[in-house]
Amino acid sequence: MTANLADPAVTPEELRRPDDDTPEPRAARWRWPLTPKMFIVAGVAAAIGYLALVPLGYLIWGTFFDAQGLDLGSFQRAYGDGRMGELWGNSLAFAGGAALLSITVGTTLAYLNVRTAVPFKALFFAASIVPLIVPGILYTVSWIFLASPQIGLLNAFLEPIFGAAPFNIFTIWGMIWVEGLHSSPIVFLLMVAAFRSMDPSLEESALMSGASRMQTLRKVTLPLVRPALLSSILVILITSLESFEVPALLGLQNGIYVFTSRIYFVLRSYPQDLGAAGALAVSLLAVAVIGVAVTRLLAGKGSKTYQTVTGKGFRPRPLDLGKWKPVVGVGILFYFFVTVVGPLLVLLYAALLPFYQAPSWEAFASFTFDNFAQVFEMNSAARALKNSLILGLSSAAIVMSLMAVAAWISVRSTIPGRGIVEQLSFVPLVIPGIVLGLSISFVYLRFPLPIYGTILILLIAYCTKYMPYGMRYASTSMTQISAELEESAMVSGASWWTTFRRVLLPLLSPGITAGFIYILVVSFRELSSSILLYSPGNEVLSILIWEQFENGSFNVLAAIGVLMVLALMFMVTVAYKLGAKVGLRED
Amino acid sequence: MLRIDNLVKSFGGEKSRGKKNAASNAAVFAVNNVTFEVKEGELFTLLGPSGCGKTTTLRSIAGLEKPDSGTIAVGDRVMFSSSGNGRTVNMPANKRGLGMVFQSYAIWPHMTVFDNVAFPLQVRQRSERPSKKVIAEKVERVLATMQLSEQSGRQATKLSGGQQQRLALARALVIEPPLLLLDEPLSNLDAKLRESLRYELKRLQRELGITSVYVTHDQVEALALSTQIAVMERGGVVQLGKPRDIYEQPANKFVAEFIGTSNFIPGTVASQRAGRHCVETSNGILYLESASQLPVGSEVVVSIRPEAVELSTTSRGEQAANEWQGKVVTRAFLGDAVDHVVAVGEHEVRARVNPSVSIESGTPVYLQLDPSKISLVPVN
Repeated sequence: MTANLADPAVTPEELRRPDDDTPEPRAARWRWPLTPKMFIVAGVAAAIGYLALVPLGYLIWGTFFDAQGLDLGSFQRAYGDGRMGELWGNSLAFAGGAALLSITVGTTLAYLNVRTAVPFKALFFAASIVPLIVPGILYTVSWIFLASPQIGLLNAFLEPIFGAAPFNIFTIWGMIWVEGLHSSPIVFLLMVAAFRSMDPSLEESALMSGASRMQTLRKVTLPLVRPALLSSILVILITSLESFEVPALLGLQNGIYVFTSRIYFVLRSYPQDLGAAGALAVSLLAVAVIGVAVTRLLAGKGSKTYQTVTGKGFRPRPLDLGKWKPVVGVGILFYFFVTVVGPLLVLLYAALLPFYQAPSWEAFASFTFDNFAQVFEMNSAARALKNSLILGLSSAAIVMSLMAVAAWISVRSTIPGRGIVEQLSFVPLVIPGIVLGLSISFVYLRFPLPIYGTILILLIAYCTKYMPYGMRYASTSMTQISAELEESAMVSGASWWTTFRRVLLPLLSPGITAGFIYILVVSFRELSSSILLYSPGNEVLSILIWEQFENGSFNVLAAIGVLMVLALMFMVTVAYKLGAKVGLRED
Repeated sequence: MLRIDNLVKSFGGEKSRGKKNAASNAAVFAVNNVTFEVKEGELFTLLGPSGCGKTTTLRSIAGLEKPDSGTIAVGDRVMFSSSGNGRTVNMPANKRGLGMVFQSYAIWPHMTVFDNVAFPLQVRQRSERPSKKVIAEKVERVLATMQLSEQSGRQATKLSGGQQQRLALARALVIEPPLLLLDEPLSNLDAKLRESLRYELKRLQRELGITSVYVTHDQVEALALSTQIAVMERGGVVQLGKPRDIYEQPANKFVAEFIGTSNFIPGTVASQRAGRHCVETSNGILYLESASQLPVGSEVVVSIRPEAVELSTTSRGEQAANEWQGKVVTRAFLGDAVDHVVAVGEHEVRARVNPSVSIESGTPVYLQLDPSKISLVPVN
C-alpha cells in the first residue's frame, strides 16, 4: 500500500511503528497442538541441530578431554615437534599466495568482461564453470602431468631453452599456482556481480571531471567495489586454508605441510593420534570461524557505507579497448589455455597413453583405449560410481527436503527461535572438510549403532556439508513466494501440511530442483571428508582417483578423470537448463 | 452478522516481556479497543491511512493474526474470544470458512483457473468434501457468475488484471462463505481499470447479497462502494456511519481532512437554536446547520468543503449572510472544475467551482458559502 500523501496524519513516528499492512509476524500464528505440522517442524529442527552441532561437540570434547578430565596433551603432541612455526608459515603463505593470485586474475577478468568490449567473451563462461566440472583432485593431477620435474610436459618442452626442469609443481609456489588458478573463477563470479551492480554513471562522472581511465579505476571503481573485493579475499583465504587436494597431492611429497595435510598425515601415521589431529582441527576451525566472522562484519559495514552500489540492473556502454584490444585478447586466450584447455587436454592425453611420456609421433601412435577398457572392467570403479551416485542423490534429496521445511521455519513462521534454525544450517560452512570428517569419525567411533565403516557415515557427512547450499537455494525461493499465496490457502480451509504440499512445494520446486542438482554435482568431487570416513567397499569416485594416484597408475586415473569430467559437464548443463546459478550468466 | 467487541492487538509487546524496562518499550497497539457490527448484506469498509490498524483488524477476522483480547463472532459462531486472562477461543484460519480476497489476489501461479477455484472445496475434511462432480459443478457455476467460464482451463497467471480479480473473488466465494473479506483488492490496478472494477464489485456484492468487510485507504473508493464506513486512526475507530454522513458531518478534523479536502476556519458559537448555529470567525459571521447542537461559547472549527464555496465578482448585497470577501491568489484548471485559492483575511480558502467560472489571480471576489454544506467540527 502506498502512503496516502494527502493525509497529514501520518507522522514519521507513525511510519516507524509496525504498519498494519506489513505486520511483523507476517504469517499466521497457530497454536501448538499435536499436529503433523508440529512433528515435522520439530523433527527438521532437531535433525539440523544434530547434524550441525554434535560433530563439533565431540571434536572439542575429544580434543580437550580424556578419561581423566581436561587434558591439553593433544596440543602439545600436535605442536610439540618444533614445527609449529613452519606449519603456520606454510598455511598462511599458501592461502595468502593463492588469494593474491586468484584475486588479481579474477578481478581483472571481471572488470574486462563487464566494463570493456573485450574479445572472446564466450570463453569467460567456459572458464567460469571449470571449478564445477573439474574437481580439485583432477585439476591438481593435471598440473602434475604438466609441471612435475620428472614427467611434466611443460618441463619437457622448455628444457632446451631453460635447462632441466624449470618448473617444479611440488613446491609451495606450485601449490599456490594450482590453488590460485582453480579459485580464480570464484573471484571472477563474485566480482562480476559487484561490477554489474555498480552504477556506471559514477565512473562516467569521474571521466567527465577529467580523470583518466586509470585514475577512475583507482579512485572510483576500486574503492566502490572494495566491500566485494574484501569479502572475495576472505572467501579465498578461507577456502584455500580448508583446501585438502592441492596440499595433499603436491605438498606431502616434499614435506610441505599445511593444516589440512598435517591432519591427514597425523591420522595416517602409526600410532594414530586422534587427539593431536583434533588439536590441529580445532586450530584450523578457529581460524576459519574468525575469517567468516570478519567477512560478515565487513559485508555488514559495506552494505551501509556503500549505498551507491545498488541492486539495480545497469547496462553500461562497454569501454572500447582501442589499441590494447589485441594485447588483452592474447592475455585472455593465454588464461583460457592455462586454466581450461591445458589441464583438460593433458588429462585426455594421459588417458589415451599406455604409459605417460612426452608428446612425440611414437606417443601419438601408441594411443589406445585400454585405460578406459580397464576402468570399465574394474570392480572398484563400478562400485565407486554406484556409491557416488547413491550418496549424491540421497544426500541431495535429504538435504533439500529438510531445507524446504527449514526455509519455511526461518522465512515464514513465527515460531520463537526460528532464526537459530537458519544459523545452524549455515554452521557447516565454516567447518573445513577434513575437520568435518574427523569430527564425524569422533562421533561414530563412540556411537552404539554400527554406522562407522558403512556408507551411512559418508551420507551423514555429505548431508552436513551440503546443508548450507540447500538452505540458500530453498530460502531464496521461499522469500520469492508471496506470503499471501500461503495465507489464501489457509483461509480457503487448507491445513498447514496441505498448504505446504499443494501450494508451497510446487512453487518452490524450481529452487529445490536447482539445489538438488547443485548438491549432486558438488558431491561428486567431495574428497576431504570422505578420505577420513570411507572404508573398503565404500569408496566414492574421488577416493578411487586418490587410490590410483597413490598406486602410481596415472593413466587409469586420467581415464577415470575424463569420464568424470564428462559426467559432470552433463549434470552442469542440466542444472543450467533448469535455471541453477552456475557459472556466468549472460542476461 | 459480524460482531467485533473490544478488539486489541499489539505488536512487539511479547518480546519486551521480562526485560527490566518493559514499560519503556511497551507494545505498540495496532488495534486498540475496536468495536463494530456488520449487518447481513452490508458492505462495511474500514478506511484509514497506512498504520491505522485496518488491515490488522481484517487479518484478525480472517484468523491470520491473533489478537491480544476481544471477541470476534460471525453469526453465532465465536471465532475469537479472550477476556485477557480467561480462556481463549481462537479458531484457526483454515477452520473459519470465510472468503478472502488478498491485495495481490494471491492466485496460485502453478494451478489453472479451475484448480484455483476448486482448491477450497478440495481441501475440506474428507467427510465434508463434495464429490468431484459436485466440485466441478460448483466451480463452473461460480466461474460463470464471474464471467470466467471460458478461461477455466487456462493457467491462472495468463489472466488480465481484471480477470485475476474476478478469479480471486470466485475462489473466495466458491464455498459460499457467510462473510467476504477484501484487503485493498483494487489497489494494484491502474486508475482506469480501478474505476470500472469498483462498480463491478459493487454490483456483484449487491446482487449476491454477501456480507463483506472491505479495507481501503482510498476515500473515493470507500464512499462509492460502502453501505457503512468505519474511519480508523491510530488503531481506533474515529467515526462510523453512512458514506454521506461521514462526508458531510465529519466527527473531527482528522476525518474531515482524510475524507476529501476541506477548509478549516476556527471560531466560537455565538448562538444556537435547534441545530441552527451562528459561528463567529475572524472573517465574519457564519450561519450553518449541525446536528451536534453545541452550547453558546464553545470553541469550534468550521469545515468548508471546496465545492461548498461559490465565487462571484459581485456581492449579493450589504447584509447577505455567509458571504465573505477575498482576493484570488492562484487558480488551477482541473478539466471538470477550476480550483481557486482565495485569500480571506488571515486564511486561504480553496474553492472548487464550475469550469465556466475562472477568475484571474489578484481579482477581488465574494465567497458565498452554502449553509447546508458547512459542518462543525468540535475542538478536542
